[in-house]
Amino acid sequence: MIKRSHFTSQTLAYLLILPQILVTLTFFYWPAVQGLLQSVMLSDPFGQRSSFVWFYNFINIFTDPLYLKSIGITLGFSLATAVTSITFGLFLASLANRALRGKALIRTMLIWPYAVAPAISGILWLFLLHPSFGVLAFFLKDRLGIDWNPLLSGTDALIMVVMASAWKEVSYNFVFFMAGLQAVPHSLIEAAAMDGAGPFRRFWTITFPLLSPTLFFLMVMNIIYAFFETFGVIHTVTQGGPGGATNTLVYKVYQDGFIGLNLGSSAAQSVVLMILIVTITVLQFRFVERKVHYSL
Amino acid sequence: MVERTPILDALTYGFLMLGICIVGFPIFYTLVAATLPLEEVSKVPMPLAFGDQFSVNLSTAWEKGHLGQQLMNSFIMASGITIGKIIVSMLGAFSIVYFDYRFRKVAFAAVFCTLMLPVEVRILPTYEIAANIFGPLQWFIDTMHLNSLIQWWVGSDFEITLELSLLDSYAGLILPLVASATCTFLFRQFFLTVPEELCEAAKLDGASAMMFFRKILLPLSVTNIAALVVIEFVYGWNQYLWPLLITTNPDMTTAVIGLKHLIPQADDVPYWNVAMAGTLLVMMPPILVVLMMQRWFVKGLVEREK
Repeated sequence: MIKRSHFTSQTLAYLLILPQILVTLTFFYWPAVQGLLQSVMLSDPFGQRSSFVWFYNFINIFTDPLYLKSIGITLGFSLATAVTSITFGLFLASLANRALRGKALIRTMLIWPYAVAPAISGILWLFLLHPSFGVLAFFLKDRLGIDWNPLLSGTDALIMVVMASAWKEVSYNFVFFMAGLQAVPHSLIEAAAMDGAGPFRRFWTITFPLLSPTLFFLMVMNIIYAFFETFGVIHTVTQGGPGGATNTLVYKVYQDGFIGLNLGSSAAQSVVLMILIVTITVLQFRFVERKVHYSL
Repeated sequence: MVERTPILDALTYGFLMLGICIVGFPIFYTLVAATLPLEEVSKVPMPLAFGDQFSVNLSTAWEKGHLGQQLMNSFIMASGITIGKIIVSMLGAFSIVYFDYRFRKVAFAAVFCTLMLPVEVRILPTYEIAANIFGPLQWFIDTMHLNSLIQWWVGSDFEITLELSLLDSYAGLILPLVASATCTFLFRQFFLTVPEELCEAAKLDGASAMMFFRKILLPLSVTNIAALVVIEFVYGWNQYLWPLLITTNPDMTTAVIGLKHLIPQADDVPYWNVAMAGTLLVMMPPILVVLMMQRWFVKGLVEREK
């Protein structure tokens, strides 16, 4: 779209968009194309020679049990993170929306974790759940008798990174649910109350359905977050371990490519991630149209 | 409130308090740990009362972790990204919305598609381009055999090699992150809501495009800019993967990355008190920005995703 009343200078127009285009071309498109090329090439470890191998790298990664395991881990991790943080966010937002006093204070107390870096959130939770020092670990082991050791057990490690990733995302979800809740028309709630619907019934039959676009949007955003932005959590807390139990797809690209210098495989894995995020983005934009349609 | 529900209201506040406590517990615990001496912090379970070693732990963390330099780096990186992003995307959106030119739609689509290329899906090739920013030009010279052409033309042995590395530099930390589709969108959406009359009036008065931008669009965009400053500062400060890739020198890396060296590993003396003091220092600046500019933060967060 363009303004009806606009300027005609051609040179200035190109000059204005130039910085953005330059950065985009150099740091986004050139690397992306290089990645695509590398994914169909096989090069020796010293990077001297490379040969065109069609889909060899892709066949390789999809027949590699470690990669398939990593897909499973990533899906489980993302779903667990998204569901945990969305549930808590929705719960806290609907409570805060009921509160008559102190809304501003409540909001302040709940939004600050957004500003904590994923890597730092990982450190905080590692300290809480550390098998020999953590206070929560002590509680789990000594009071509840659970054999808790995230440094040795894969499941425990996964639970720890889910907690660290979900904790900081609760505030993000909280902000969006608060905005969504405030958009629910009060007249609907009052009408339902006149018809004798109690607070819980009103929530499930009116508020919750009206929140569903927000819910869907947050589901997408949280899954993207869990897929791509939790790299810091994994890198500071578990480094993909123990025994690859927290080796998510993005962490595997980093490990295979940057540490292991397996260029072809790493590039092929990147391309798989690229296809994934294109799919998610397209899906999200389909949904944006629906959001407009349903909004009141 | 629609009806009187005293029990439910009490429960609401009760659960809210509980929720706030759960959300706040990690930072409370960190704060306590940062004030304790080593013997206390290694007790299991650690006592939940404040100690008196806060300043000692802080200064130990400061020295042990190069924190002075690294916090400075984080600050430069975060502000560089914030300012760069806002300038680049504002000018870009101005060009897309207020000018008519042939490649307008192409430019818009090109910026739009970067949404689908986060750094996580192009780790190695982006590292390679940062290692030599002139890589594409060099490739162009090589494939067009420009070197042999020039050799033939000049008549002597002459070769162009272009190399400039952005590794371990502020430019390398900032530049790749200043292009942002979301910010450009936000400004585009906002510019589209600016009344047509303003531009018409400005043109009638003989204002140039840049004059219109400076005197009218910029002042109108102040709230949007404030909202973006909060979001992007937090984003820049909390970057992890990119600084990890391109910095190897501990004096060039950011505080969030450097923190990792303070965490006690399996065989170390468990200096968790020092680690937690350092963690507090590093996490404070973005938290303060969010809390102090809360109104802008909420606006920025919600509008950025539209």
